[in-house]
Amino acid sequence: MTDTARTSTPSAAAAKHLKRRRAADGRFRYYGLIAILAALGALAVLVLTIGSQALSAATYHVVRYDVTLDPAVIAPEGANRPADIARNVDGFYGLVRDNLLETFPEAESDRVSRRELSDFVTRLAVLPTAKMIANSPELVGGDIAMTAPLNDDLDLYLKGQGVRERKIKAGQITAVAADGQAGYRVTGAGAFDALMAGLAVANVGRAKGAAQVDVLLTAGVSTGRLTDITSGSARLELLTGKAADFSNSRPAARIIVSPEAERTISDRQIAWVLALKEMGRVERVPRWTLLTNSDSTYPELAGGLAAIVGSLLTMLVTAMVAMPIGILAAVYLEEFAPRNRVTEFFEVNINNLAAVPSIVFGLLGAALYINFLGMPRSAPLVGGLVLALMTFPVVIIASRAALKAVPPSVRSGALAVGASQMQTVFHHVVPLAAPGILTGAILGMARALGETAPLLLIGMVAFVGDVPSGPTDESTVMPVLIFSWSNNAERAWEPLTSAMIVILLAFLLLMNGLVVFLRRKYERRW
Amino acid sequence: MLQQLGQLPMGWLLIALIAVFGSAAFFIGRVRAERLLLSTTGRMHSRPNYHGYYVAMWSAVPVMLVAAGYAIFAEQLTRTQLTRELPSSFSALSAAELQSYLESVRMAAGTAASAGADRVFQAVTNRYLELRGLVNAGTLVLLGILASAGMFWAQRRLKPSFRARALVENGMELVLFVCAGVAIATTAGIVLSLLYESLQFFQKVSAWDFLTGTRWNAQTEAEFGALPLFFGTFMIALIAMLVAAPIGLFSAIFLSEYASPKARGWIKPILEILAGIPTVVYGFFALLVVAPAIRTAAIWVNETAIQLGLASEPILAAQPTSALAAGLVMGIMVIPFVSSLSDDVINAVPQTLRDAAYALGATKSETVKQVVVPAALPGIIAALLLAVSRAIGETMIVVMAAGKSARISMDPTSDLTTITVQIVSLMTGETGFDDPKTLSAFALGLVLFIVTLAFNVVALRVVKKYREKYD
Amino acid sequence: MDTGQGTAMIDDSLTLPRAAEAAPRIDCRNIKVYYGQAQAIHDVSMTFPDRAVTALIGPSGCGKSTFLRCLNRMNDTIENCRVEGEILMDGENINDADIDPVLLRSRVGMVFQKPNPFPKSIYDNIAYGPRIHGLANGREDLDAIVEKSLRRAGLWEEVKDRLTAPGTSLSGGQQQRLCIARAIAVQPEVILMDEPCSALDPIATARIEELIDELRNRYCIVIVTHSMQQAARVSQRTAFFHLGHVVELGDTNQIFTNPREKRTEDYITGRFG
Repeated sequence: MTDTARTSTPSAAAAKHLKRRRAADGRFRYYGLIAILAALGALAVLVLTIGSQALSAATYHVVRYDVTLDPAVIAPEGANRPADIARNVDGFYGLVRDNLLETFPEAESDRVSRRELSDFVTRLAVLPTAKMIANSPELVGGDIAMTAPLNDDLDLYLKGQGVRERKIKAGQITAVAADGQAGYRVTGAGAFDALMAGLAVANVGRAKGAAQVDVLLTAGVSTGRLTDITSGSARLELLTGKAADFSNSRPAARIIVSPEAERTISDRQIAWVLALKEMGRVERVPRWTLLTNSDSTYPELAGGLAAIVGSLLTMLVTAMVAMPIGILAAVYLEEFAPRNRVTEFFEVNINNLAAVPSIVFGLLGAALYINFLGMPRSAPLVGGLVLALMTFPVVIIASRAALKAVPPSVRSGALAVGASQMQTVFHHVVPLAAPGILTGAILGMARALGETAPLLLIGMVAFVGDVPSGPTDESTVMPVLIFSWSNNAERAWEPLTSAMIVILLAFLLLMNGLVVFLRRKYERRW
Repeated sequence: MLQQLGQLPMGWLLIALIAVFGSAAFFIGRVRAERLLLSTTGRMHSRPNYHGYYVAMWSAVPVMLVAAGYAIFAEQLTRTQLTRELPSSFSALSAAELQSYLESVRMAAGTAASAGADRVFQAVTNRYLELRGLVNAGTLVLLGILASAGMFWAQRRLKPSFRARALVENGMELVLFVCAGVAIATTAGIVLSLLYESLQFFQKVSAWDFLTGTRWNAQTEAEFGALPLFFGTFMIALIAMLVAAPIGLFSAIFLSEYASPKARGWIKPILEILAGIPTVVYGFFALLVVAPAIRTAAIWVNETAIQLGLASEPILAAQPTSALAAGLVMGIMVIPFVSSLSDDVINAVPQTLRDAAYALGATKSETVKQVVVPAALPGIIAALLLAVSRAIGETMIVVMAAGKSARISMDPTSDLTTITVQIVSLMTGETGFDDPKTLSAFALGLVLFIVTLAFNVVALRVVKKYREKYD
Repeated sequence: MDTGQGTAMIDDSLTLPRAAEAAPRIDCRNIKVYYGQAQAIHDVSMTFPDRAVTALIGPSGCGKSTFLRCLNRMNDTIENCRVEGEILMDGENINDADIDPVLLRSRVGMVFQKPNPFPKSIYDNIAYGPRIHGLANGREDLDAIVEKSLRRAGLWEEVKDRLTAPGTSLSGGQQQRLCIARAIAVQPEVILMDEPCSALDPIATARIEELIDELRNRYCIVIVTHSMQQAARVSQRTAFFHLGHVVELGDTNQIFTNPREKRTEDYITGRFG
């Protein structure tokens, strides 16, 4: 290839070479695009899974119980002071259980049924009502409609998450006849054709001899289990309600894929909860208890109040320690410190401190505060101090950047009118840098708010059922609560944990929103 | 009387006293300075307020020092004396038992309602309160004397030519210096506490066995060979970096070289959200979504391999929590650490270098690969090192999704444990500080600290050098 | 200057008549350049002869650098910069969509204001272009190109013993000659120079000017310069730019001794600019 040989149209070899280079160029761009999409995709999956779970936990089912507040039960002789009434869980629970037994008398038949029915309400779920009555004792003796949250498994069932089932409308039932003991034969020409087809689908892929699927048939408040199904007739084993409800009805059939033994709820419980729903006694309401209740061993009662208050107390301690120290240290390093090796050492030290794993601060807190200084475990005071040690390097770095951004002309101006260096710094430089310092401090606090590991080491992982009233009370914080809940085995904790995560993220979003707002409002270009 | 003194809310009292003495001294100093101002003909060196601050400083600072001393030593002093006075029957108690006994005494003293407790306990509690009262009374007296003395001495020095402002400012500068010193103190605190507890541990278990032993069974206080932990940490960090390095690097390249400013303005903050999500959320995500998915996939691989006759038994462990799950999610978490810093350093590469390559007829990708990235390489390496350090020190994701079995296994679907997981599980039990279990956590912490510090120091140094080069 | 050794990758023996009157190497017609809404170049038409140096002079911000960057489509790399008009090289409009800027730039080399060697060795700096364009067959070929380019840039004697040293270790003037060598190594037909001496001391500047004078035997050179003395020293033709227009274009001698336009005269005599 010589100068003269090179024309504007490249030779074939050169063209081929160029084409290859162009292709490589295109590919490279795609790698970048794929990388971005992978990162954004991961974020999207995370947000969507947690968000959808949280959404399902944002509401829950409560059941209404119309009960008479029998004084003999809830305020017996010798225990009728308001304080006693507020503690009388047994009495109120008795009322609720009796009401359920009244509604579903068939549960009286055996112990298992009784227990299954009492599982509808957790004993502690009546506590708010008890407290309410204790505050207005004049209601004793009257009738009230009290509500209590439904058992978590049944709640999940009603949300369509607990048990895999398929709902199929059956055809017209024309006749119901007794068939042996506790059984009926329901007939109707072609009534179960759709159901048979559904069953065929449900049984595909199931090993022979595996537990059969359950089929429930519901008409109004009555539900029974179907066996022996043919196109026009089936045997119905009544679980609740009256057989007469089925005649001349078009009942709904449910194919429940997992066998009863593998479920947390029984067929009977499903029948009852469907009946309660049909009676209009079950209502899906926003789950405010997530914000007003504290931790509980029962998912339907658990809430994050104690952890939220604990987090706020902890952050208060952190802010009160980390912000002044961090800001003053930054002022010293940026405005007063001589530029020498000592300062350089400070700087290296602070940068490294900001990158030390958070768990190491937990070890320091355990050794220094708890072992050496004998401070109480699990207290927001100690938690806050540990997080403060972690946060203040971040505050220093952000504050120094903000101070650095204030132009020297401001300093010279102030010094020129005879202000001392201290006056220059605190009257002019720091106020000008304040928005930057503040945003840095808030970001540091946001990081501390989401921190979990160091708090585990100083014992903030304990179960805390009461809202802490001061910085030395036993307490937990939101991220630790999330960690504890995620360790719980029951299925209902998953959406609840997600909901708690959303609450935590909402706080973080609030803080970051504040930062964005401050930046927009006070951003200044010199 | 002493017992009542023992129940004083000293914390609030001390804060109140600092405020009271401080403002009183300020007022006295100011009034005196104003009087001086009226009586002199010339100018005063400092404004009256500074005289006030000066007197306040000399009054409040001793109070603060006493208060700090009280906060640190009062409880220990009381306990030491109480222990000395305990009847001989207590000498049978171990240190930890004694500690918890004293703790319950302190709690009982705080509530003052120790009904139902036995007589000895009640007597000890009362004695504790008495001793505490003695300490409190002594503190208050000392504090009053020092504060008054300081106030008296300082206000006597005031005169028109007194350089109050300069002295107050010196005092303030000292305060600023002390605040900056907290950073050094924190580092020193970390190093000392880790070293102190680790040395105690190494008196019970040899350091060599700890670092090279392959069997870890700390819960039973039997075996302290930490190699499996190091292995697990390494393995999970490696998986995380395999995810984060390419994604983060290519994202950074795409953002800085290819994306339009508008797209960049959107994508960059969204990527940084990944860094703002608390790690416990990632842990939950790993536990809820990723770990089960990996398990399902691993089981499918096993079954397929057996069906195809490639293996006679399952080749993957397919455990419910796995190194792969933790590593993948950790990788997602550290993406922004890689991309953000890489993006910065790539942007710092001068445009003239790109122009030079373009002017020679290099394509965009050739410019990036052969000029921009090599020029930014030190910074990119630093970003990767910081990300590795972050991955090694990360706790919650591994605690929730990596498992607890200390083993050395190359199978990423088996559960592995890490240094941080073991620290958490060793420190969350109810054990005393002289227990080798607890002490081993500090030894692990020391290793973690040294390793991450090494990464950080190198990375920060490289970044600094790099910045200097292109600034 | 003819070295004669090595392979005949660059044909030194070729001597065409050096003449400004020869067919123009580049022919620009109605060039307009916009940065977003702002127009930086207004309808500039001019030609650049082969084997001659054309200097673009004018006050800061007059658009001369922008115009220079049109000639190898470097403006493509700037966001929201738009070029209109025709620039003909060998009868082809280089602004055509189907002209590959990569290929174009291998024919139109460029040297920048500030020396910008890659953070690589001296050798790799020179070899980079030939490598990406596949101009060398094997190591020896590449060595020869590197040596020839360095010789042409007058740098060979100074660096031949330290080709592996980083390019950034050279002095400013040497770095700039390295950048010129780097541009030559791709065997361009045109070399664009954007104030190549503005960051250099007088001695290094003199060295570069000598080099430019030598190079004009082989290339069409376009140089943007702030220094009128430099334009007078190195160029055969000069174009005076003002506010995005070409005010005057002509033989350097004529422009500096007998400008036709009032504004040119004002600028040259230092009354503005």
